[in-house]
Amino acid sequence: MTDVLHAARVTKRFGGLVAVHDIEFTIPEGSIVSLIGPNGAGKTTFFNIIAGIYDPSAGEIIFRGKSMIAHARRAWLEPVMWVLPALAVGLVTFLLGQSGASSGLIALGILFTIISLMVVMVVGVARPAGYSELLMKLGIFRSARPNDMVVAGLGRTFQNIRLFQNMTALDNVLVGMHSRLKATWIDALLSTPRDRREEESARQRAEELMTLVGLHGRSKEVAKNLPYGDQRRLEIARALASNPTLLLLDEPTAGMNPIETADLTRLIGRLRSELGLTVLLIEHDMRVVMGISDRVTVLDHGERIAEGTPDEVRRDPKVIEAYLGTPPA
Amino acid sequence: MSRLVPAAVSTRYGDRWRVMQDRLRDVSDLHRSTTIVVSMAIAAVLMIILPKLPPLNIIQPDGPWYDSFANAGVFVLLAMGLNVVVGLAGLLDLGYAAFFAIGAYTYAYSNSPFSGQDLPFLPMLVIGAGIAAVFGIALGAPTLRLRGDYLAIMTLGFGEIVPIMFLNLQPWTEGTNGIGGIYRPEALPGLGEFTPVSSFNYMIVMLVIVTLAMILMYRLHGSRIGRAWMAIREDELAAAANGINTVVTKLLAFALGATTSGLAGVFNASKLSIVSPDQFLFTVSFTVLAMVILGGIGNIWGVAAGAFIVFLIQVVFLKQINTVVEAFHIPVLSDINFLNYQFLLYGIALVLMMLFRPEGLFPSRARKAEFLAESADLDAEETPEVQGSLGEVPGAEEVFGEASGEGVR
Repeated sequence: MTDVLHAARVTKRFGGLVAVHDIEFTIPEGSIVSLIGPNGAGKTTFFNIIAGIYDPSAGEIIFRGKSMIAHARRAWLEPVMWVLPALAVGLVTFLLGQSGASSGLIALGILFTIISLMVVMVVGVARPAGYSELLMKLGIFRSARPNDMVVAGLGRTFQNIRLFQNMTALDNVLVGMHSRLKATWIDALLSTPRDRREEESARQRAEELMTLVGLHGRSKEVAKNLPYGDQRRLEIARALASNPTLLLLDEPTAGMNPIETADLTRLIGRLRSELGLTVLLIEHDMRVVMGISDRVTVLDHGERIAEGTPDEVRRDPKVIEAYLGTPPA
Repeated sequence: MSRLVPAAVSTRYGDRWRVMQDRLRDVSDLHRSTTIVVSMAIAAVLMIILPKLPPLNIIQPDGPWYDSFANAGVFVLLAMGLNVVVGLAGLLDLGYAAFFAIGAYTYAYSNSPFSGQDLPFLPMLVIGAGIAAVFGIALGAPTLRLRGDYLAIMTLGFGEIVPIMFLNLQPWTEGTNGIGGIYRPEALPGLGEFTPVSSFNYMIVMLVIVTLAMILMYRLHGSRIGRAWMAIREDELAAAANGINTVVTKLLAFALGATTSGLAGVFNASKLSIVSPDQFLFTVSFTVLAMVILGGIGNIWGVAAGAFIVFLIQVVFLKQINTVVEAFHIPVLSDINFLNYQFLLYGIALVLMMLFRPEGLFPSRARKAEFLAESADLDAEETPEVQGSLGEVPGAEEVFGEASGEGVR
């Protein structure tokens, strides 16, 4: 079994606070791995690093064999690569113009410099598809952003549900499909047949996903009007819409009653068996964690204190201490 | 709401009306572009015929009416463009008039004795819009990483800078006087020559532009891009976590808004045949924003209709109040020039709107649902939060509950 994700000695500091310290972590393909730990243990921070929201202070994330996220090594090379040639050409034109005293050339030089700086700015800020990859190929490393991670095959949900509240359930799932659809704004403006076909099949697939998570026939409802448990399900459907290889679930059963929790646990199991997904789970409900995980990693104070099968972890004295405190001497 | 009313309570007439409405809605959703063309054609016929009949022709003859309609069209276009930025993508742009100015000055440079150029009108519409788009991107690239208030302040600054640049770059823009004597468009097939009084031609051109713009905007709205805009408006972080490149998408909204504004600028410059910095002050940005909010933010046709109505009220009816009041020599009122009070009216209208109809005059369906749901679900919303906080902090015993079993104890 290959590893879908490998976190190599990841550290994240916020000012003086070390939220995640030197964590080594792997997720084998097709497994369900859980991350547990007391509140404030750094689980969500670690999660956010994987999802591309935070840059780690050290270490890197290798996702599906590619280094995707790392502390910004050699990031300074990027402006050098773009800005310096632009400035150089601009300067040369300018000097040529001055020696020949041709104001046209001078203006051209200035214009060229301004235009290339603008291009650099727009490209650097917008980072269109493939740009990050180009930089990586050139040996200039820039961490993937959340949207790059989704393109690479990662889907996630949030601890506190973050649906697009005022959009319909179907639209929520369709937004999840965004990175897998190819229609550009020009296609949309012209309403090309390709665009219409794609839209049609996307809608169909979205309906299928909603059925999969148990929201059949509710596609037209506005997300915020759905009951709480269904909102959680919808968020999972939205995350699935991008066809992820790895699904990150941040406390998917928080706030659910035991019946809903059991249902959702079954659903997570089905995601693996039917879709072949790999799942990383943060969860407080130990019934869920111990029931479906292949491996469990325990964090406390940003450190990994235990790792193993659910049974091993449950017996680990360090884990017991972290959760229950030191036994009286 | 309609579905909440039990069938027994509502009258049969009401039912039939609702069924008809729903059916109409489904058809119009399915054949969006055709619906727009047909309804704009109906609007065009009404706009041509109504001013020739009482009561409209009592207020003013048809020529000035057509002129007002064409001018209103400029603001309809502006409002529709700003709606993309503010209504769909949720980016508050307070300097929208800047792109209007850039479009207008582009046309002035291409068609005036000042520059000695006389380029054709229709291509210039596209070019002016394109240049405005370039400026939109140039402004957007460094600023769109800002959020909310900060973005609004940046755009406000840009909106101030542009007219001031045009004002102070005397040698290139003629400063306060502006560039005058802009040439009229060449004769168009089917419409004939444009003369200073050919407001009818301008109105027809405007109708065509608005129709096209509306079709394109509805297409974008229902596409992958439109959904991405709305997702960003709802929750930017979640949008990014769902694979949307938020910066590119926001930049696109900004550029398209600027394009529409530039288009309106070109049209306006050719119609007024003069551009000067005072046409593009903050009041224009504010007016357009007020129109978007009054019309029903996010709803394309609603915003267009809102802008049209607001503009006509402002330009035609305020003027009429003046004449009426003066004609009857009403004591205090005849001393007031009502045209000076248009911003007071905007203010009052906005306040009343927020109090009584916060979703706007013509809200989109989703937005209507949003406001209805908010008032209906106030107590229902509490429940999940309570549950959430209970679930998040389980006691230690609960944590190891039944799973721990033999291991711990």
